[in-house]
Amino acid sequence: MSAEHWLFFFFAGVAVLGALNLILQRHPIHSALSLILVMASLAVLYLLLGAEFIAAIQIIVYAGAIMVLFVFVIMVLNAGEEERTSLSRVAKFVGLPLAAVFLVEVCYVLYRAWPSEQMVVPERFLGRTEDIGKALYGEFLLPFELTAILILIALVGAVVLAQKEP
Amino acid sequence: MHVPLSYYLILSAILFGLGVLGFLLKRSIIAIFMSLELMLNAVNLSFVAFSYAWQQISGQIFVFFVIVVAAAEAAVGLAIIIMIFRNRASLNIERINLMKL
Amino acid sequence: MLDFLWLIPALPLLSACVLGVVGWRLSKRVICTLGVGSVGLSFAASLGMAWAFFQLAPEQIPIRSSYFTWLAAGNFQVEVGFYLDQLSLLMVLVVTGVGWLIHIYSIGYMAHEGGTYRFFAYMNLFTFFMLLLVLAGDYALLFVGWEGVGLCSYLLIGFYFLRDSASDAGKKAFIVNRLGDFGFLLALFLLFRTFGSLDFDTVFGRAAVLPAESFSPGQAGVLTAIALLLLVGAIGKSAQLPLYVWLPDAMEGPTPVSALIHAATMVTAGIYMIARSHILFAHAPLALAAVATIGCLTAFYAATIGLVQTDIKKVLAYSTVSQLGYMFLGLGVGAFTAGIFHLMTHAFFKALLFLAAGSVIHAMNGQQDIGKMGALRRKIPYTYWTFLIATLAIVGAPGFSGFFSKDEILWRTFETGNQVLWLLALVAAALTSFYMFRLVFLVFHGQARYTPETARQIRESPRVMTWPLVALAVLALAGGWVGIPAALGGANRLARFLEPVFASSHALVQAQGQTILHSHEWELALMGLTALLAATGMGVAYAIYILNPELANNLAQTLRRPYQVLVRKYYVDELYFAAVVRPLHWLSERVFWQAVDVRIVDGAVNATASRARDLGRWARRLQSGNARSYAAWVVVGAVVILSYFVFS
Repeated sequence: MSAEHWLFFFFAGVAVLGALNLILQRHPIHSALSLILVMASLAVLYLLLGAEFIAAIQIIVYAGAIMVLFVFVIMVLNAGEEERTSLSRVAKFVGLPLAAVFLVEVCYVLYRAWPSEQMVVPERFLGRTEDIGKALYGEFLLPFELTAILILIALVGAVVLAQKEP
Repeated sequence: MHVPLSYYLILSAILFGLGVLGFLLKRSIIAIFMSLELMLNAVNLSFVAFSYAWQQISGQIFVFFVIVVAAAEAAVGLAIIIMIFRNRASLNIERINLMKL
Repeated sequence: MLDFLWLIPALPLLSACVLGVVGWRLSKRVICTLGVGSVGLSFAASLGMAWAFFQLAPEQIPIRSSYFTWLAAGNFQVEVGFYLDQLSLLMVLVVTGVGWLIHIYSIGYMAHEGGTYRFFAYMNLFTFFMLLLVLAGDYALLFVGWEGVGLCSYLLIGFYFLRDSASDAGKKAFIVNRLGDFGFLLALFLLFRTFGSLDFDTVFGRAAVLPAESFSPGQAGVLTAIALLLLVGAIGKSAQLPLYVWLPDAMEGPTPVSALIHAATMVTAGIYMIARSHILFAHAPLALAAVATIGCLTAFYAATIGLVQTDIKKVLAYSTVSQLGYMFLGLGVGAFTAGIFHLMTHAFFKALLFLAAGSVIHAMNGQQDIGKMGALRRKIPYTYWTFLIATLAIVGAPGFSGFFSKDEILWRTFETGNQVLWLLALVAAALTSFYMFRLVFLVFHGQARYTPETARQIRESPRVMTWPLVALAVLALAGGWVGIPAALGGANRLARFLEPVFASSHALVQAQGQTILHSHEWELALMGLTALLAATGMGVAYAIYILNPELANNLAQTLRRPYQVLVRKYYVDELYFAAVVRPLHWLSERVFWQAVDVRIVDGAVNATASRARDLGRWARRLQSGNARSYAAWVVVGAVVILSYFVFS
């Protein structure tokens, strides 16, 4: 087993444990911190796949801005622990089993689909910043500009929505 | 021996499934929202894995856009959550049932 | 001239439309002018047509004019076209001539009634349909006229629709007719299936070359079936056994209606139709025998009922049924000319009888019970003398029109070997004489059975009513002179006129039957016998009703049972009610209404609505307001879609 394997399995395990912890914790702040952990390990996995720009973005934007926002809101609202109430009946009897089934079937299909594709060969790394830049300002210029507008809208919307009542 | 593609995809599937579980099981709105973000992350992993496997940069571009949109969505969503908290003084999703016909 | 054939039916139609649409605004004078004038012009046109017809060479007859294609579906095609030969010309003249006289009479009779425009509109519409019927060149157009006269009959019988009995009578007439029409329709279907067309020329041309069918029911073929079904239609329209029950009830309508529709024209449609289809009947001896038998039985049966009726119009109604039976008898023994001859003379004297009766009713201020009349002959002389002339015609007094036509029928019945039928018809003739003179004696002679006050108000009808009576009386007297048989030295012009129409069938029937051509002596002897019986009938009536009025009541008491049966018309109406009307009513109410309509149809509709509502109510539970269940459903949906993609 090579170094990639070890790295992969370790950080995959961390990600899964973080996700489990997110679900199992009662206080939202603990869930938020677990999510940050998940994102960090995913960033390592991105690096393993040679997507250096994306890994950086993941840490800076996703873990560093979005999750911080989450933490701010949790602190501001002073959200306490969750109450214990029962699951909606649909969720308990239909949703959970179906989700489990879904998961198993997807895994099965995936495993059968690409048994032989080998990953993590350093010669095949792509995803340097300049590659991303070229694609973004080349082929994907229009979506790029549109997302700029989208962020603007979200900004304005968030400000308006969260205003204090006059 | 290198890590096969399917391992990455299975990991993505597991994370996505856990996100769905959290979406269904948690009672706090913020926790549900965070499960949503978990699902998005799982999908991102999948995109990057395929981008590497098929040697196309557009997978990573897509991830870029997903992150941007997730940011916007998180901003607006949290603003809405603040409003809900102001109106209902609770973050329990079962208290928010005014949508009933 | 002959190109304007279409004017004859078109004029009454136009008048009917105008009267129907704007008649309510017009003055009575204009209405009467329009209503009577259109038929009058039609009559004038018919006379012109007749004059032009006589100029034609035999090869040019019959005239066919085709106007447009009415129906075209696959290989079924119906043209609107007229067919003028001797038979239809005769019918046209009778319909427009007698019709015109009756229309003139109606001006006076309906003078005090409301709804004059409606009356004349319906009468003109009727005239149009009747003319359409007799001029039609194919069975489909004939059927249009057939149904149309039935409709107008319904409208006119129920003219006083505010009276329950009148509207009931109208319905009865229409519904009983419908039964006959069912047979007619089946005949039309069979005709089309057998000959591929409903056009007279095509059908008769193809039928003529077919062999005559067997007499026994087991081996008769499709022509017999067609003829029998046509007979069913004629039975309904011409009030024969067993579908005659509507005609006595039809007396609820105004008297001119009874005269025109139920004596002179509509009821003769069945006879015309059989005469027109003579080729088919000649090829179906079984059907022809049925025609004769039914006619003869009806003639006798109706005469027995007429013996004891007390309403003046009802006596005449049963008399009509009986005389129609004679016409059927004439057709049924193969004497088509004789049947048509009697149709013509009957139109004259029966219309006269009804109009004169109307005059009596008019004078008696609406009274129709002959038990309350009497000694009217000096008070309303015109009415009396015309009525008497018509009575002499109907009983067959020598020289009058009915004498020649009835005797020809009786003679031909005897000649073709149908002795039993002849005997029965002879007895019926005797009965006819009795009940007709009974009527005359009770109404016009004897003691006045009403108050002096009523007597003071009796006066003769106005000229507009008596003039048509006189005109019809002349026809009733002299109308038969065109058919004086060879035995009496005449040339029988009518028979020779109609012969080209019926030639082939006459020959065919003669070949089939046991016709023994007797000599003129036989014919004269039988004529004498008939006249003697008529005189006997008159004598008996005289004895009972003039000489010894108590005798009538005594006889009624002694023969109580038979008398009751006759007065109650053999309880046929009650029988039909119990056997047909009540079960149908039960069926309609219990089965079709309550079970089918309410439970099944309404039930289905309501069930659909309540299912929809229940479905909605169930589906609404999805909108619980519970965000977590929404989330769960989202996941469920996603799983389903993904599974579809994975496994398909």
